[in-house]
Amino acid sequence: MGIAIEARDLSKQFNGFFAVKDVSLQVAENTIHGIIGPNGAGKTTLFNLLTSFLKPTHGSIHYRGRNITHLEPAAVSRLGLVRSFQISSVFDQLSARDNVRVALQGKEGGSYCFWRSTAALARFDDRADELLEMVGLTAYADTASGSLAYGRKRALELATTLALEPETLLLDEPMSGLGPEDIGPITELIRTVAKGRTVVMVEHNLPVVATLSDTITVLARGQLLASGTYAEVTANPEVITAYLGEDDDDE
Amino acid sequence: MLMASPATSPVKTPLAAKATAARRRQILAWGLGIAALAVFPFMVYPLFAMKVLCFALFACSFNLLFGFAGLLSFGHAAYFGIASYVTAESAKYWGLTPELSILAGTGVAIVLGAAFGWLAIRRQGIYFSMITLALAQMVFFFCLQAEFTGGEDGIQSVPRGDLFGLIPLGSHMAMYYFVMGVFLIGFLIIYRTINSPFGQVLRAVRDNDIKATSLGIKTRHVKLAAFVISAGVAGLGGATKALVFQLASLTDVSWQASGEAVLMTVLGGAGTLTGPVMGALIVTGMQQYLAQFGSWVTIIQGAIFVVCVLAFRRGIVGELDRLAKLPAFWRRRRAERRFTPAPRASTDF
Repeated sequence: MGIAIEARDLSKQFNGFFAVKDVSLQVAENTIHGIIGPNGAGKTTLFNLLTSFLKPTHGSIHYRGRNITHLEPAAVSRLGLVRSFQISSVFDQLSARDNVRVALQGKEGGSYCFWRSTAALARFDDRADELLEMVGLTAYADTASGSLAYGRKRALELATTLALEPETLLLDEPMSGLGPEDIGPITELIRTVAKGRTVVMVEHNLPVVATLSDTITVLARGQLLASGTYAEVTANPEVITAYLGEDDDDE
Repeated sequence: MLMASPATSPVKTPLAAKATAARRRQILAWGLGIAALAVFPFMVYPLFAMKVLCFALFACSFNLLFGFAGLLSFGHAAYFGIASYVTAESAKYWGLTPELSILAGTGVAIVLGAAFGWLAIRRQGIYFSMITLALAQMVFFFCLQAEFTGGEDGIQSVPRGDLFGLIPLGSHMAMYYFVMGVFLIGFLIIYRTINSPFGQVLRAVRDNDIKATSLGIKTRHVKLAAFVISAGVAGLGGATKALVFQLASLTDVSWQASGEAVLMTVLGGAGTLTGPVMGALIVTGMQQYLAQFGSWVTIIQGAIFVVCVLAFRRGIVGELDRLAKLPAFWRRRRAERRFTPAPRASTDF
């Protein structure tokens, strides 16, 4: 199996503080790679680095052998490395269908055709409806996405992400803010869309990570602590210490 | 209806029928709008009618940025004013025909918009507004000091000339219908921009810049394109106004003019198509018909602005739209409720 994403000695420094320090990571193609770690471990920073939303202080990121460290985030996305967000991120005032249509346009770098009618977007309709059906939002196609329930926003966000036909998906805490009744369906949805794709997922919900991930990387204090299967990393004494704390428990 | 196109499939789905009905309503609205514009100068003083249309273009251009791109430009008078100076100059001293001098003014506004926009879109929110204001003030002081603008006097007695070198525009009525044509062109540009693939991308960028980036959209380019179109339409309004009043003056590059665009748009309804036109009509109308109260006009304007922002933030057209959509909204809301469990706190502390 080839390597989809490779991070080499990745560090990010904010005002002298290392949010991520010397992290090297390889994500194999067509696997689900979970990134876990206690609060403040640098998961989200690492995630932002992988998608170019932050530039590393040093180190480099390679996607399928190509150095993408200095690309613009929009360009990274067009390469097929598409991310989702921790806080459900939709275009509130657009309908669910328009959200997906915008994403379909984004695949082409966004449209500048201000002289053409919106009817020009009709060519995206079938694909948009297909994607909405896939995430179970057909009934909400014309609803303003801002008024959708939280779980549905999550589903819509996945649909917009998939619209780009990404080879690699990066999901930033896909379960955050979801009620227990939504966890199951979204987990299944992720499993479905992960087929034939590489998925990197930052997640707090350990049972979800355990069910979905092929490989898990544990971060703590900005550094890589362990990597392996769920069973391997949870047996690692350092990981247990990081999660449960040593004697400096401040509660 | 006669306009029913043969291209539509013979089997009408409910959705297609709905689209046809919407299309009919739209044609009707356009027809009514154009008819209203055509009789407008018979109902009010024609010069006032032209002033309304020039400011309507100005407000529409501001609204494209504010209402559809979420960018509050506080320096739109720069494009409005510079275009009016360039048009006045080219009509008076270079002897260009009215349509060419308007094109010249608009062109300069577009170039200026591209340069200022390129700088301003690098920042967001209040910083964006401050940069646009600062740049506009630079233009103001340039116009105050530069040789060709005539300083405090402005450029006076600008000839209206003959349209295409053929039709004299000296009479207010002839001029009005020319201005109406220009207004319709500008308004169509805005309408098309809003209802285009680009318009949809623009709204997406407004709603969520970062998400749009993550979908591969070059948000800066999108914002810059909107900025340039907006500056161009603002320029079109200013250029036309110079010919209407045969005058280009500092008033049109001042920050107060920028403020008027904001007031008109917010009052009429930001993010609506016709709101700015309504706002321009009301604000210009107040200045015209309340002129007898002297400086009280400004105070009345301010009070109306405050009431508008406090009581109906969507503006007049925005509120009317909302009222029209209310029944459908409640129907959907009820349907949604049936499937959604009651909201609950996500964490239990």
